[in-house]
Amino acid sequence: MLGLSPETTMLAAVVLPFIGAIAIAFLHRSPNLREAATLVTAVLLAALVWSLAGPVMAGARPDVALIEVVPGLPLAFKVEPLGLMFALVASTLWIVNSIYSIGYMRAHDEPRQTTFYVCFAIALGSAVGLAFSRNLFTLFLFYELLTLSTYPLVTHNGDRKALIGGRIYLMLLIGSSMVLLLPAIIVTAFLSGTTEFTAGGILPKGLDATIVGLLLALYAFGIGKAALMPLHFWLPSAMVAPTPVSALLHAVAVVKAGVFTVLKVVIYVFGVETLTAGGARDWLVYFASATLIAASLVALTRQNLKARLAYSTVSQLSYVVLAAAIATSSSLIGGGMHIVMHAAGKITLFFCAGAIYVAAHKTEIGELDGIGRRMPVTMAAFFIASLSIIGLPPFGGVWSKWLIGAGALDAGFAFVVGVLMVSSLLNVAYLLPIVGRAFFLPPKPDDHDVHGEAPLACLIPIVITATLCLVLFFAAGTIEELLRPLVTARPG
Amino acid sequence: MRDAILRFAEHYNYVVTIFLMVAGLFIVIARGNMIKKLIGLSVFQTSVYLLYVGPSKIIGGTAPILDPAFKVYTNPLPHVLILTAIVVGVAVLSLGLALVVRIKEAYGTIEEDEIFAQETDE
Amino acid sequence: MSALESQLPILQVIVPLVGAVLVALMRGGRSAWAVALVITWTMPVISILLMRKVLATGPISYHLGGWAPPIGIEYRVDLLAAFVLVLVSVVGAALMPFARRSVASEIDGDKQVWFYTMYLLCLAGLLGITITADAFNLFVFLEISSLATYVLIALGRDRRALLAAYQYLIMGTIGATFYVIGVGLLYLVTGSLNIYDIASRLADPAMQNPRPVMAALAFIVVGISLKLALFPLHVWLPGAYAHAPSFASAFLAGTATKVAIYVLIRFAFSVFGVAISFETLPLTEVLVVLSLAAMFIASIIAVFETNLKRMLAYSSLGQVGYITLGIALANTQGLTGGIVHLLNHALMKTALFMALGAIAYRLGSVKLDAIAGIGRRMPWTMAVFVLGGMALVGVPGTAGFVSKWYLAIGAVEKGWWPLVFAILISSLIAVVYVGRVVEVAWFREPSPAVEKCTDPPLSMLIPMLVLTAATIYFGIDTEASAGMALKAAETLLGGLK
Repeated sequence: MLGLSPETTMLAAVVLPFIGAIAIAFLHRSPNLREAATLVTAVLLAALVWSLAGPVMAGARPDVALIEVVPGLPLAFKVEPLGLMFALVASTLWIVNSIYSIGYMRAHDEPRQTTFYVCFAIALGSAVGLAFSRNLFTLFLFYELLTLSTYPLVTHNGDRKALIGGRIYLMLLIGSSMVLLLPAIIVTAFLSGTTEFTAGGILPKGLDATIVGLLLALYAFGIGKAALMPLHFWLPSAMVAPTPVSALLHAVAVVKAGVFTVLKVVIYVFGVETLTAGGARDWLVYFASATLIAASLVALTRQNLKARLAYSTVSQLSYVVLAAAIATSSSLIGGGMHIVMHAAGKITLFFCAGAIYVAAHKTEIGELDGIGRRMPVTMAAFFIASLSIIGLPPFGGVWSKWLIGAGALDAGFAFVVGVLMVSSLLNVAYLLPIVGRAFFLPPKPDDHDVHGEAPLACLIPIVITATLCLVLFFAAGTIEELLRPLVTARPG
Repeated sequence: MRDAILRFAEHYNYVVTIFLMVAGLFIVIARGNMIKKLIGLSVFQTSVYLLYVGPSKIIGGTAPILDPAFKVYTNPLPHVLILTAIVVGVAVLSLGLALVVRIKEAYGTIEEDEIFAQETDE
Repeated sequence: MSALESQLPILQVIVPLVGAVLVALMRGGRSAWAVALVITWTMPVISILLMRKVLATGPISYHLGGWAPPIGIEYRVDLLAAFVLVLVSVVGAALMPFARRSVASEIDGDKQVWFYTMYLLCLAGLLGITITADAFNLFVFLEISSLATYVLIALGRDRRALLAAYQYLIMGTIGATFYVIGVGLLYLVTGSLNIYDIASRLADPAMQNPRPVMAALAFIVVGISLKLALFPLHVWLPGAYAHAPSFASAFLAGTATKVAIYVLIRFAFSVFGVAISFETLPLTEVLVVLSLAAMFIASIIAVFETNLKRMLAYSSLGQVGYITLGIALANTQGLTGGIVHLLNHALMKTALFMALGAIAYRLGSVKLDAIAGIGRRMPWTMAVFVLGGMALVGVPGTAGFVSKWYLAIGAVEKGWWPLVFAILISSLIAVVYVGRVVEVAWFREPSPAVEKCTDPPLSMLIPMLVLTAATIYFGIDTEASAGMALKAAETLLGGLK
């Protein structure tokens, strides 16, 4: 695109959202121009990232080192398939989300919208930077920036609840990353003399399995954004944020940044051989399975729609952590693919939750009786996305679960297949009753709300992302092809 | 016993120095009256003057004047240093006293405990 | 020009000393400020020229009055000294534009002249401490800067400023006297006052263990620790920073303790050497324990402070703990972390104190309750505060991260893993005390007084922004900060091992 070299495109993609943020800040007097700036930035960003797809599929790996911050710790970027995929997801959904945000924020007449859009752009910039990081240090930098830039979004409402939610959010994410992740990075730098992501891993071979296991624990819990229990409860706390934030950031950008980091660490820092030798990662398989089931069970008990979706996200994130822990070819590809599939599904669900809130001011599941008659499009989309999350054909979610299950069998973790099936049943149990209630129960007698669908700016994104769930079912082959080099590339 | 007394006598300047040092420091710590604290501080500083000047005196030595008549010299450098230190000490003492005057104007007392009592009341 | 160039070391000290006299002759605050501005702005020029010369040709030795050391007084600029000179002079100069309005609003007209006089004297003292190679001359400069500091603090608006100045005077004088006792003992043993001459005489194996040398080290370390506010010798500092005029707090936080730390490094490594300081005497153990205590206890106290200046003062104590921890590690990475944190902390803390100065200028108070809702009224000022706070935490991309990285690697090299966690956990406490201010500043309804506040004039805003930008810059490009610190640490450790 525009005749830019892949390297320049990559840097431009990292820098663009930050420039966009500045532009948005300067346009605060004119909401229309400001929103235009958001949209233009989002579209340009997606264009830049998509233009990288071709070269990367063809085998190119744009690579730029900017500056050596500390000897051995350069600020450096490199596009590889997994990062590209994450950047594609984040940047593409940002366009959709921006349209939705505009509809949602205006319909609600929210205060402080400029701050909202500025922080959103910075968060997206951090996510792209994180996706294109060439080493742990760069990744850590953007990881922290992502936390800090989303804090104002979480606390957007400015009331007591937002304040408490923000505290938990900040302390848990900053705390885990400072106290666990950073030491893990320090240990890695000390053991291997570098933090560069390298195919096959950088840890010295023949490391004791106990040390590998401990280091893995530091990473798995230090990456708090992956929401592994018991460090998951920042995510439900973050639900005090406006729904577009929950949709893009706490179903896609932030949480996926977490599991993306886990995958990245497993593939490029540990390396599959080091990780699996001596069963160093076995505990994480059990742990992720436990989180997976437990979070689904908690989701069942939640009567607030966004809270239920949040726990569903916690559970779904564990699929990816589980896939990373199993660490076979198909599970790793499945884990990567699940980032995409779950993103499309969950963002749709959150969009629907937001649309219901905008149109009917309802947040509790118990209030949704019969709402399907007034908001048929929204609830149909909800249904489609639910099916994708559950993992039924013809929707995207089925493939990633399939691959993870297949990988588990390869590695001899037969019980994981059982876990996946139980979890799918639980998904059915906590998602489909909502749809059933909406379409088949009569409205409560005291429900005299007269409303239709949410504004068009909210509705269009819902339709787009729901369609995406279907499209992804057929695109799985392409994603698989993109991710294949992750597991085939072996050093020398 | 005799040895011990002799050793003590040989080093009596150090004993005096250390006595003044500890006494001065004790006054600074133990007294609540700000003027008395400053007096203690001055005693403490004075002990250092002795620490420098005492050992530099050689019995029978003279100022370092190059003349065949003089054979043994006393090092004049410590005296010079201590002249400087005395100047510093005077400056500290006068600034400290000036502060005490201002504190007396502001609080009406120069007893530390009374001043702290006033501060905690607020 | 080259004649002038060879005189640079002495000019670094003489210019502000003479400047102080010139300022004292001025009539009004504005002219005093103008003269002080010119003087302070020549300081970085001189120090940077010195730095360049050191980098090009190695350490500079300047003989006062042409008397060669060890008889004459020597001024000696090596890499570490140049580093600290640049730090002090740049902070001193960067603060001056901020001074005009801040000082005018906090100090009565006729006293402003004396304020600037004392400021220049203090600056001259601090630069003199750094540049001199004569242990007794160092004492004199120490007292020049201290006496000036007592006056700067006493000029605070509140009567408690007088009390704080008095307490600091007592503690500071005890510290300086301890130092001079230590120097006296060294002189009695070695017969020299030039610190490099002392060092070479102490390097004699026969000199490694005599008791006066041990006593001298103990006295000097305790004396200097009082000046650098090492926990638990810190009690003077919070009051002094809290009640001094805003400008003085910012200046002292950035420079005074840093120069004292420089003296500690100089004596521990250059004079006594690693063998005496860390092997014969357990300086490592003592400093690690006290540094950890500072990092945790002082930071926790900061969480509960409601006066923000006092909060930052306690935060400074904690940050000093990181620097002394780096010294205690006594290996290249750790010491680099300590030295680079000298610079990084000076930048961030000066910016933070300036932000409070700007709030005091507009609002007249820096109490936590008073600033409710100020985030939207003074966005730039609070942005400086938040970024400075993030640097205190050690968020990557800020200078604080670089310091902590080196410290952590230094601890790892020693095999002290728990220390790595201690460093990082203690940084989290900073999240709490910074976060508390953020919550009050943004989530509470502004009072009528806050409603009227706006960002301060550009003359105050730009210095803050410049230092904040530097904090970010040194988190990304560390060639000039950590690169220098690394070289300095290598020299300190390599020279006398």
